[in-house]
Amino acid sequence: MAPFSLLLVGGTPSRLVSLSAVDVLIVAVYFVAVLGIGFYLKGHAQTGEGFFLAGRQMTAWVAGLSFVSANLGALELMGWAASAYQYGILATHWYWIGAIPAMLFLGLVMMPFYYISKTHSVPGYLQLRYGEQARGLAAVMFGFMTLLMSGIDMFSMALVLRVVLGWDIHFSIWVSAITVAVYVGLGGLLSAIFNEVVQFVLIWLGALLIPILGLVETGGWNGVVARIHHNLPGQDFTHLWRTVGSFTDNPMGINWIGVVFGLGFVISFGYWTTDFLVVQRLLSAKDVRSAKMAPIIGSAFKMMVPFIVILPGLLGLAVLPFKLVGQSQAVATGAHSYNEVLPLMLARYCGPGLLGLGITALIAGFMSGMAGNISAFSTVWTYDIYRAFIRKQAPDQHYVSMGRWCTVLGVLVSIGTAYLVMQFLSIMDYVQALFSFFIAPLFGTVLLGMLWKRATAAAGFWGLLAGTVSSISMWLWVRMDPAALRYVALSPHAKPMAENMFRGLWCWIVCVAVTVVVSLATKPKPVEALTGLVYGCTELPSEGHLPLYQRPVFWACGVGAVFVVLNIIFW
Amino acid sequence: MRDAGLIPIWFFVGALLLIYGVLILAAGLYALVSPPEHPLVLANLHAGIWWGILLIALGLFYFFHFAPWRDKS
Repeated sequence: MAPFSLLLVGGTPSRLVSLSAVDVLIVAVYFVAVLGIGFYLKGHAQTGEGFFLAGRQMTAWVAGLSFVSANLGALELMGWAASAYQYGILATHWYWIGAIPAMLFLGLVMMPFYYISKTHSVPGYLQLRYGEQARGLAAVMFGFMTLLMSGIDMFSMALVLRVVLGWDIHFSIWVSAITVAVYVGLGGLLSAIFNEVVQFVLIWLGALLIPILGLVETGGWNGVVARIHHNLPGQDFTHLWRTVGSFTDNPMGINWIGVVFGLGFVISFGYWTTDFLVVQRLLSAKDVRSAKMAPIIGSAFKMMVPFIVILPGLLGLAVLPFKLVGQSQAVATGAHSYNEVLPLMLARYCGPGLLGLGITALIAGFMSGMAGNISAFSTVWTYDIYRAFIRKQAPDQHYVSMGRWCTVLGVLVSIGTAYLVMQFLSIMDYVQALFSFFIAPLFGTVLLGMLWKRATAAAGFWGLLAGTVSSISMWLWVRMDPAALRYVALSPHAKPMAENMFRGLWCWIVCVAVTVVVSLATKPKPVEALTGLVYGCTELPSEGHLPLYQRPVFWACGVGAVFVVLNIIFW
Repeated sequence: MRDAGLIPIWFFVGALLLIYGVLILAAGLYALVSPPEHPLVLANLHAGIWWGILLIALGLFYFFHFAPWRDKS
């Protein structure tokens, strides 16, 4: 979900900050802590449930923080801070309408089915609901994508560390790769979750000083707005919805239909409810109520993330004495690019010690992204490809060993990907696009599978395939003929951001339409085979005996109310 | 998570915050007695000192509240 233009940051010639001895010590302590946690947790990850699902013993808080943290990587932080500098507060849509409704829906509607079905993965759910074909398609695509994404995380971390600190790119790749391989290989998902929670705390405590000191310097939010208006007269960088009435009124070139239905519904719901990288964290919860509460807790924290990501970007517009420019211009002129706004703000306010904490937060974010991809890949490979199609009957211990080995193998492939990306930077754009091809239609397949008992096995497979193929076709169409964007996004004024939103919407509609048509033409599963998988065929645990404040729906309403109020305040 | 004989994650978080708090506070105090040649914006607020104290306070709470030895007592 991060804007990948960040990855082109490598063109900038000199380092942005220099670390003192205490900063280096803080970074070193982080690596020691991460490895120490991995070694400690090895003893708790000896079974399949322990290694791949953290023993299903996480509290709602730990699962929820891990869930939101798996998405809160350094690319996310630096990329959206850069977008905030470039586009203003519009970037907040990716944190609020592009996340909160989907997370609440996941908690209240979808988690009970994921959890009660006892699946190990999202492809595993597809197997239970639709059969092996749909599972195989989803597992292969997901496995392929996660390794590529992990390699990109690795490369981008090395690149950012080179630009920000001047570190050698090969040193960064190998140190981060070995560290991730050791702690995920030893402790599995449990280790990944522990480190994600640590990373979450570090990111907040490492980045929180920037908005606090920025608001002190500017005299509060009104001061930020006044300075931005002074620096950029005639442009609106501080309103969320006022400028999305048409494509031409905002710098992103998007409109409210794309934001609400493309981003807010299809892309967001697709990512948050079916991407196994994040859903896996919730499957580790200790019971159904914790599994439902976890994404609701996560959504509350997600709603606050703009404070440490978007606000620093806006503060950059308000207080930096020079203007940041686009990447190509930065490379040509030696100026600072948008992508450097977060490190620049860090260097503006944070001295020795605090700077080390901020850099550690960035490194933790990168490593957590890699670890999340690797642990999800390990599970999907072992359960949904190896056990499903290669070796069906083997002792549990065999699959745990396979999980450990494929963690190491996954890291090695990721290193290969990182070096491949180093040679061909454009690969990153393609990978980001490939990921989006698959996520939106998968949401259609999973949603119909959970809510419509008439959906059939053949429909699940063909709907998913048709949605994916239609997404790829639209993407190729626009690449070959950029003028085609006006048809995909329904406007000649649309820009690439709008293309992603509308392409997601169309391919989701194709997936749903094909699934419905094929379902009506094929024989459905008997109702008794859908128990635990589909709404109306599953007895969901009652929460009527719980006091109001312990019910997930109560907290979901609270988060939803704050979400509405925030959108009105920044309308 | 205490039920499974696992040390709570919050204990590790507390230990890390405690170490970081001490290091950042020390760096902040050093900057107070020996100011850098080119001070940062808002250096007069000495953010390192009060942020270090905050980390130490949070670290102490989590470290002792979730300490594994408390289960045995």
